[in-house]
Amino acid sequence: MSSTPSSAPQSSAPETGTARVKRGMAEQLKGGVIMDVVTPEQAKIAEDAGAVAVMALERVPADIRKDGGVARMSDPDMIEGIIEAVSIPVMAKSRIGHFVEAQILQALGVDYVDESEVLTPADEVNHSDKWAFTTPFVCGATNLGEALRRIAEGAAMIRSKGEAGTGNVVEAVRHLRQIKNGIGALRGLDNHELYAAAKELRAPYELVAEVARLGKLPVVLFSAGGVATPADAALMRQLGAEGVFVGSGIFKSGDPAKRASAIVKATTFYDDPKVVADASRNLGEAMVGINLDTLDDSERYAGRGW
Amino acid sequence: MDTPAIGVLALQGDVREHLAALAAAGASAVPVRRPAELAEVSGLVIPGGESTTMSKLAVAFGLLEPLRERVRAGMPAYGSCAGMIMLADKILDPRSGQETVGGIDMIVRRNAFGRQNESFEVPLEVAGVPGGPVHGVFIRAPWVESTGAGVERLAEVGGHPVAVRQGPLLATSFHPELTGDHRVHALFADMVRRAG
Repeated sequence: MSSTPSSAPQSSAPETGTARVKRGMAEQLKGGVIMDVVTPEQAKIAEDAGAVAVMALERVPADIRKDGGVARMSDPDMIEGIIEAVSIPVMAKSRIGHFVEAQILQALGVDYVDESEVLTPADEVNHSDKWAFTTPFVCGATNLGEALRRIAEGAAMIRSKGEAGTGNVVEAVRHLRQIKNGIGALRGLDNHELYAAAKELRAPYELVAEVARLGKLPVVLFSAGGVATPADAALMRQLGAEGVFVGSGIFKSGDPAKRASAIVKATTFYDDPKVVADASRNLGEAMVGINLDTLDDSERYAGRGW
Repeated sequence: MDTPAIGVLALQGDVREHLAALAAAGASAVPVRRPAELAEVSGLVIPGGESTTMSKLAVAFGLLEPLRERVRAGMPAYGSCAGMIMLADKILDPRSGQETVGGIDMIVRRNAFGRQNESFEVPLEVAGVPGGPVHGVFIRAPWVESTGAGVERLAEVGGHPVAVRQGPLLATSFHPELTGDHRVHALFADMVRRAG
């Protein structure tokens, strides 16, 4: 069941849960939009709008922010209702380090687990051992070292953290730039320097050397946290994200179906301002958004996880 | 035609991997998102991805009819996974409004092997691909439920066709683009050369 990046089938028997099928699943999502949904009806709207996957959760981050308290994995009935409603992949969130929530999500048959800082962390030291699962994981990161630590733990996909539930893209931009700049900085290093770089990044040397060689992460990189408009999605794509997660931005807006479809179009034609302009017309009200200067440190999710 | 120009439908999915595999197989590979770009290529790969997303984007951006016209006119095309679904004349359980390009006389069943937890890899023999088994990577993969008389079945898993060919059209349930083995893409590049 567990696997390492170099694993390949030794026999001719079919093998599940390998690094290749986990990472390969995320490759199929590239160029697409993954949308937060809280009901089967929303999931259908997302699918009809062209979402490549949905994230099933009880409350979107904007509401988690508003309600306060401990945010946990969603009710299995609610997740199953969404799995039954759509044919696209369904993701769901576990708390950081709460590997039992992750086990439950795997048992429910979700296609991807998001070990997410949007929920209240269950362990202040350890993330879940993601190699132990057949279901692949996506994890948030604010910089390259954090991304590589998650990959070392078995994450098969990385997303920027951003600041979820704010409708403010500034943190997603910061995190994506930090990840991309980290990768760029490795490109010019020789073998001697890569050991020191690994130490500085607090990440395994093998992964650091792989990133230096590839010029990219060994897994798919998406953007998340604060995307609210077609232009936001296109911005993240131009900055190097291979796709986007949209959380509160769609179903906290005036016309979710229209906005969802517009963000999908802008994500595909991210480098064509005419298409993004057309997609941006008459979308109704965007989610209100939060200026991050008004957020207390304890209200910031991006600092969760390490 | 030694270096045929082959497009990869770049609306969504693992486009980069197909571009790299085609280049390694001796083709000049370019992404295709617009009708004008489609007109420039001699063959087309439809990548893995989400077939519902690709279908909706192809309709929204006026690419579906040009795709159908090129395929009807004999342009070689190869589809992997979602691409196989796009080349099927019929989907067993389509989502509302899900359109295909069509061209291969077959019915496909989407997500036939199950959800992501059932995704698997297995070596398999593919007729027409010399040099031993191909490494089959199946991700929420479809299979072919039934085929018309003109369709060759090139590979099967558990009795279900997972690679088929009809004239200049090729489709696989699995993802050779994820393996670094370029023989399936080399086969397709040859099909494009011969058609030219």
